[in-house]
Amino acid sequence: MIRTVRSVARRGAFALAAISFLLASCGTSEPPFALQSVSGLLPRLQFKLTDADNRPVTADDYRGKVVLLYFGYTNCPDACPTTLTTLAAALRKLGPSASQMRVLFVTVDPERDTASVLKRYVGFFGPQFVGLRGDDSALTALTKRYRVAYHREPPDHNGYYAVDHSSAIFIFDASGRARLLAREGDGAQVIAQDLRHLATT
Amino acid sequence: MHSILLYILPWDFSPTVFFVCAAAGIAYARGLRAMRARGAAAGFWQPFSFFLGLALDYGVLQTYYDYLSQHMFWVHRLQHLVLHHLAPVLLVLAAPGAVMAEGVPAAWRERARELSRARLCASLLRWAQLLFRVVQNPLVAPLLFVGLIFFWLTPSVHFGAMLDVHRYLAMNWGMAVDGLLFWWLMLAPRRAQGRAAVGYPTRILIVCLMALPQILLGAYIALHTTVLFDVYGVCGRAWNLSPLTDQELGGLLTWIPAAMMSGVAMLVILRRLLIEEGEKSPAPTRFQPAIDRGV
Repeated sequence: MIRTVRSVARRGAFALAAISFLLASCGTSEPPFALQSVSGLLPRLQFKLTDADNRPVTADDYRGKVVLLYFGYTNCPDACPTTLTTLAAALRKLGPSASQMRVLFVTVDPERDTASVLKRYVGFFGPQFVGLRGDDSALTALTKRYRVAYHREPPDHNGYYAVDHSSAIFIFDASGRARLLAREGDGAQVIAQDLRHLATT
Repeated sequence: MHSILLYILPWDFSPTVFFVCAAAGIAYARGLRAMRARGAAAGFWQPFSFFLGLALDYGVLQTYYDYLSQHMFWVHRLQHLVLHHLAPVLLVLAAPGAVMAEGVPAAWRERARELSRARLCASLLRWAQLLFRVVQNPLVAPLLFVGLIFFWLTPSVHFGAMLDVHRYLAMNWGMAVDGLLFWWLMLAPRRAQGRAAVGYPTRILIVCLMALPQILLGAYIALHTTVLFDVYGVCGRAWNLSPLTDQELGGLLTWIPAAMMSGVAMLVILRRLLIEEGEKSPAPTRFQPAIDRGV
């Protein structure tokens, strides 16, 4: 009886030690970035869309640039303009190295956001801003890839409808690897600092 | 038509989930037919319980429901309630092992027996048995069960699991497999458990104790006044719902139904205890009411 209890306890202790070791090794070391690191969590940048001049583009067209990927729509009343303004401010802080960055604004409302509407909209924010759109399957493939959800709200009596979408800004390094995720509350200063760091390493 | 397919077809097709569920379902159905053919009664409730458990597991993993679980916290908690508590309890109560074994073609069974005698397979099996004994230790099993819930609900871990496809799959597989192992240890009759058997009073103690941390965690989440899991806001919710309401519902699901499963389990264990006690002691002479004797 005592032997059984002992053996149970010993085996139990061994298994607990093994489990806690496994759990401990899951924790990652702190990266030198202020933003959330997503290295290894999300796949490389990959898509097939068309730009605001109706030209087909893929992720390869942006290799060599640090890419900031954001989903939104031009009729968005609050989140999109705020986020894009923050990003524009961050890029201004970078000075000339901002030319190494591209902000890809992918519309989740391609019906209203025609190429010309998109082109005028991203033009407000700066030369690094690129408007992209795609058909349902291209957009679904991309949103699925980055675990992003969006959906159209029912229209009001004027026919206006809102589209709920993600707030994340996914940041990829020059080789197309997913590196960082900026949230809605992250300020221009923090984003600029991390982008500079990303461009130099 | 298109929209119906969207709801039924897998959001992220997983060949492993598909084949495991299909193989289990087919083996069980074949076994049932073979048993009926030789006149062995299979009853209604055990097959019902088996197919319901299997369908629930498949449904929450391989339909549009999976998309909703990725983008709404409370739907995700319900998914884990099914994977970790409800479906495995149904599957264990169905005791499908013997029926499924009968459903495997005789030639395959023979082949498997030969293979298990091969040296490499035999040593792999020994390792698997050792691992099985470790995780089915009455001290380890409940800690693993509750530990998994706490681990995946650690906000930083949860964030990674919801972004990374591989972690997400590992999380859901872990829940489903651990659920089966744990509830089998708690609910299967002792004689079916062989060396891993745990006494019924010990089991009652375990299911009572393990309800506590689940209640505490669920209450902590439900009553928390700031958002603990912001990944749903960052990646977008499946529909418009306030983050705190979502969190409250998710916490309640972790709290109440999960703890209720302990109650259900206790009743099942008590029933097993009473049945086995009855088998051990000599049958009592039945009291016959006077009215039956025609007095």
